[in-house]
Amino acid sequence: MKKSKLRNAEELFFRGVMILSSSVIGFVLVLILWSIVKRGFPALSWEMITQTPKGGFYFGKEGGIANAIVGSLYVASGATLLAMIIGIPVSLYMNVNLHKRKKLVTAIRFLLDVMWGIPSIVYGAFGFTIMIFFGMHSSLLAGILTITLFILPIMIRSIDEVLLSVPKGLMEASYSLGSTESETSYKVFLKQCISGVTTAVLLSFGRAIGDAASVLFTTGYTDHMPTSLMQPTATLPLAIFFQMSSPIAEVKERAYASALILTFIILLISIIARIISIRYQKHKIKI
Amino acid sequence: MSGNSKIIIKDVNLHFGKQHVLKNVTATIPEKQITVILGPSGCGKTTLLKTMNRLTDLYPNVKIKGSIYIGDDDVLNTKKDITEIRRHMGLLSQRPYPLPMNIFNNVAYGLRISGRKSKKYLKPRVQHYLQMANLWEEVKDRLTDPASSLSIGQQQRLCLARGLSVDPDIILADEPTSALDPLSSEVIENKFIELKSQYTIVMVTHSLQQARRIADYVIFMYLGEIIEQGPADEFFNNTKQELTKKYIKGLFN
Repeated sequence: MKKSKLRNAEELFFRGVMILSSSVIGFVLVLILWSIVKRGFPALSWEMITQTPKGGFYFGKEGGIANAIVGSLYVASGATLLAMIIGIPVSLYMNVNLHKRKKLVTAIRFLLDVMWGIPSIVYGAFGFTIMIFFGMHSSLLAGILTITLFILPIMIRSIDEVLLSVPKGLMEASYSLGSTESETSYKVFLKQCISGVTTAVLLSFGRAIGDAASVLFTTGYTDHMPTSLMQPTATLPLAIFFQMSSPIAEVKERAYASALILTFIILLISIIARIISIRYQKHKIKI
Repeated sequence: MSGNSKIIIKDVNLHFGKQHVLKNVTATIPEKQITVILGPSGCGKTTLLKTMNRLTDLYPNVKIKGSIYIGDDDVLNTKKDITEIRRHMGLLSQRPYPLPMNIFNNVAYGLRISGRKSKKYLKPRVQHYLQMANLWEEVKDRLTDPASSLSIGQQQRLCLARGLSVDPDIILADEPTSALDPLSSEVIENKFIELKSQYTIVMVTHSLQQARRIADYVIFMYLGEIIEQGPADEFFNNTKQELTKKYIKGLFN
């Protein structure tokens, strides 16, 4: 009797802790969104999305941040695409071809986790050193390459976690039909995990488009629309940073509007990715 | 009960790390009959089955010695491509694992990876194998539905159709009815009896009743060793080993 009372109290306590922590997270999220919308929405205008900064934009005059929006989309899409081309095969290789080499895969995972933890400014500095070495200037290309390095461990490990959930029986079924390792990888594993892979790619895209530190040295900043891989390119996080550090109130408000645009882009990409993943998820074999 | 032997297993020893799982296993499996590998859980019967199409390759720390002859090839030591050898054997596992694609593509998969990709070629064959597995009537209007939408009994028959589609001569089955309801189990058992005129079937089971119902040849294993083997009549009615007698009487699990 006493014991069950204690267990009930324990249950109640942990449920309370869970509810509390969930509400705190929810509250913080709402607070962030609310402050962005509240301060950013009034400053948002059509002009801001469609025009490049005119002279004196950073003193509160006319213009917009279209160049940063386009630049950010270029950088993030380019990097996500490159990271997919490298990351998907690597994570499949780890889980299918290296399936038996448990120790090796554990070591690779550890390395990737360490790389995941490295601050993005270090990737920025690394990218910068490489640029200097090759005599490159800060450019869209340098930014894309640096961001690719930065999101690769994130993408590989997220896909890896999803692939780990593939049941062994499915792997045996595939091999017993005479599949090779690459057929097992691309026709079975990838199909089974398509929704999880989409989420992993999306997570990487989010990190790519939102990071300021790694593009600071490598992509540079301009007031022009990006037209060449070899030219410096503006990005949204830096646009927010520059506007936010202005002493002029109007410009500061625009920083919030820029943040709102960035948040909206991420939201839009999330929704599209969800739709894609739901479409393909129906074939997933449930256990 | 005579006939040619299809699979000859000779002195197979298998270690999982330090664990000795198969001990000097020697057996012959007759062609175009149902051979049942019988024994309590953990006796190595599934491992023996998986050794035959080398699915044991997928496990770390496995050491195998000995030979398994299928035709002229020694599966364990062959230089031939293992994927080619596996194509001659269909596998049914304990619970069905359809591939993550629609019903049609599940059956077409094996044909596609062996290079036959035209829709014109695939369509009648997919139908043929689904009919062979008694599934066609139930799915003919929903071939593009995901395989996961089928019931578990239907999924197991889909896996059978998929296994047959690569045109094997051997069907390996690892307790194929253990996850199924009695009715679905019966369908699979009857199918096996029907199919044995064309295929050599090797089935692992721990169910004595099932073995009695469908076995032509029985291999009894205990703790990694083959205790007794022989044609089903002889095995059940003229049992030689004490251990086997005890098992048949149900004296241990």
